[in-house]
Amino acid sequence: MTLELFFQYLVAGLTYGSIYAVVAIGFNIIYNATGVINFAQGEFVMLGGMIAVSLHRFAPLPVAIAGAVAATAAVGALVELTCVRWLTRPSVLRLIVITIGVAILLREAALFAWGEGVRSLPYFTGDEVTALSFHGVSVSPQALWVLGTTALTVALLAFFFGHTMLGREMRACAANRDAAALCGIPTRNLVTLAFVLSAAIGALAGCVVSPITYTSYAIGGALAIKGFTVAILGGLGNGAGAVAAGLLLGMLESLSVSVLPTAYKDVVTLTILLAILFVRPSGLFGGREASRI
Amino acid sequence: MRGLRTIVAAGLVALGSPAKAGDPIKVGALLAVTGPAAFLGAPEARTLEMLVEELNARGGVGGRPVRLIVKDTGGSPEKAISFARQLIEEEQVFAIIGPSTSGETMAVKAIAEEGKTLLLSASAAEVIVNPVAPHVFKVAPKDSFAAEVIFRRMKKMGITRIGFLSSNTGFGKAGKEQVEKLAPAYGIQVAVSEVYDKAATDLTAEVTKIKAANVQAILNWSTEPAQAIVLKNVRQMGLGVPVFQSHGFANVQYARAAGAAAEGVIFPAGRVVVADALPAGNPQKAVLEAYKRAYEARYKEDVSTFGGHAFDALMILVRAIELAGPDRAKARAAVENLRGFVGTGGVFNFSAADHNGLDIDAFELVTVKDGRFVPLGP
Repeated sequence: MTLELFFQYLVAGLTYGSIYAVVAIGFNIIYNATGVINFAQGEFVMLGGMIAVSLHRFAPLPVAIAGAVAATAAVGALVELTCVRWLTRPSVLRLIVITIGVAILLREAALFAWGEGVRSLPYFTGDEVTALSFHGVSVSPQALWVLGTTALTVALLAFFFGHTMLGREMRACAANRDAAALCGIPTRNLVTLAFVLSAAIGALAGCVVSPITYTSYAIGGALAIKGFTVAILGGLGNGAGAVAAGLLLGMLESLSVSVLPTAYKDVVTLTILLAILFVRPSGLFGGREASRI
Repeated sequence: MRGLRTIVAAGLVALGSPAKAGDPIKVGALLAVTGPAAFLGAPEARTLEMLVEELNARGGVGGRPVRLIVKDTGGSPEKAISFARQLIEEEQVFAIIGPSTSGETMAVKAIAEEGKTLLLSASAAEVIVNPVAPHVFKVAPKDSFAAEVIFRRMKKMGITRIGFLSSNTGFGKAGKEQVEKLAPAYGIQVAVSEVYDKAATDLTAEVTKIKAANVQAILNWSTEPAQAIVLKNVRQMGLGVPVFQSHGFANVQYARAAGAAAEGVIFPAGRVVVADALPAGNPQKAVLEAYKRAYEARYKEDVSTFGGHAFDALMILVRAIELAGPDRAKARAAVENLRGFVGTGGVFNFSAADHNGLDIDAFELVTVKDGRFVPLGP
């Protein structure tokens, strides 16, 4: 394999990886606030893309994306208010089952609203054939948009959780909800906020990946599985870990294609994933706490 | 709409029986209305709904109304099996239209045969009618013809070395078999053959592998959004080689989804997608234009070859019932003896040995120009 090809494979992996990472970040926020994996996260991603495509018919792209993020955030709030908030001392398992139910509901609602067609937003820069080329290695500018969005989101989240009162309160709420409540933290409101944030980030991911992957009512499941895998691999709750794990998984997939038939791609990556989790049950960059899932 | 009515009515007049209220004729349909193959099943279901309404407004078939029972398989062979049993055993339908995909059709082939129920599949794979099962027919042209039409063109263009991509579905697998079997006869070497997941979201790595193999053309065989994704990835990588697609590309939605990357892609398709551009003397032109006009006026979306398959399946069934009466065995024989039936997919000539009835002329090579399908010409 020439050096040029090797880098082309790496860049391909970067594209996959950035998609996985941007989806994975959304998982971490609800997990940080409630200790629960939100299985409807993929549907938030789908909703973001679909709503943005619909809005883009009569609004410029940035407005359409902002609108989609806001609308999906509202859906996130609605989900929490109707399905989660009124539960007293819900078990993790019960919450997970609820999120699965919500996922099915959102998917079917999207099928009803938009039909089965495949849609996408236009490329943010250039069009379907535009590529940035460097010494024969090409990459779509959209992949860089995805990477940039991921990086910016992670940075903002790190600041939010580390340096703002609200963010610290959310972490306290995740660490021990009773203790947090005793300190006067409005834990229920913070869980709602976690759903809102999570849905908003999912929607943003849905918008920014849609020119590459397309979007349809059914895309949530497949994206969520990869995003979830990456979130676990990076250590649940760890945003930067998710990005690193996403890029790692993407490059592993891409390089596996270079030597083996594509059909074995998932076999290779899942074997590596299992091996890592045997050695480090809490993921590559996770604390001990995550292993309770 | 008037054109379509005339065609439906012409078929009914042939029977000449007075419209007498009777029990409805139940027609089952196993279609992938939702799920990854929804772009096949959804236009098929819409087409059937439109035609059945039209038929019943005209007094039904032989004076009996048609009752359509659509089961949404979601593209899953498992669901297709249980729905097929339900349609045959519980609903006791007269005939079944569908399934939409090859994998599902193969899953229910034996069930239809066992239940002695006429099955008119809308999917492509050759194995559906080879070996022939007496009750199983298909109206979509064979994938081997599609491969041959593509290879003829490649040969003409002097292409001898290609990269091949297919999805891990029944359609992709059947196509892969035909492509790898037929390529040598045209002096074409398949240098790389990769199978990707049907839910693939980006195929840059696979395309890189093809780039490394120095091919003169790329051929992709799938029905999922991946076929639009692969076009973008090829062009983004700066590969200028011609890209060929299978007949699964014949939904203009995909050409639009791939935008500028779809320009110049070559694929075989039934004539319904280029109905307007056909010469006046074409025997199919009237049927195609009537169907296209009626469908597009009603559903506000572009017609595709797949809805056309449902059109052909239902109209062949209607013709058979008109010729033979509402008797299962006789209607089956009538389909088998049907010759010169002009449908959207081509001119059907069925026989006991050929339950597809179409020849290689059913395909027209089509290309994409300014986001629209146009005939490639000779």
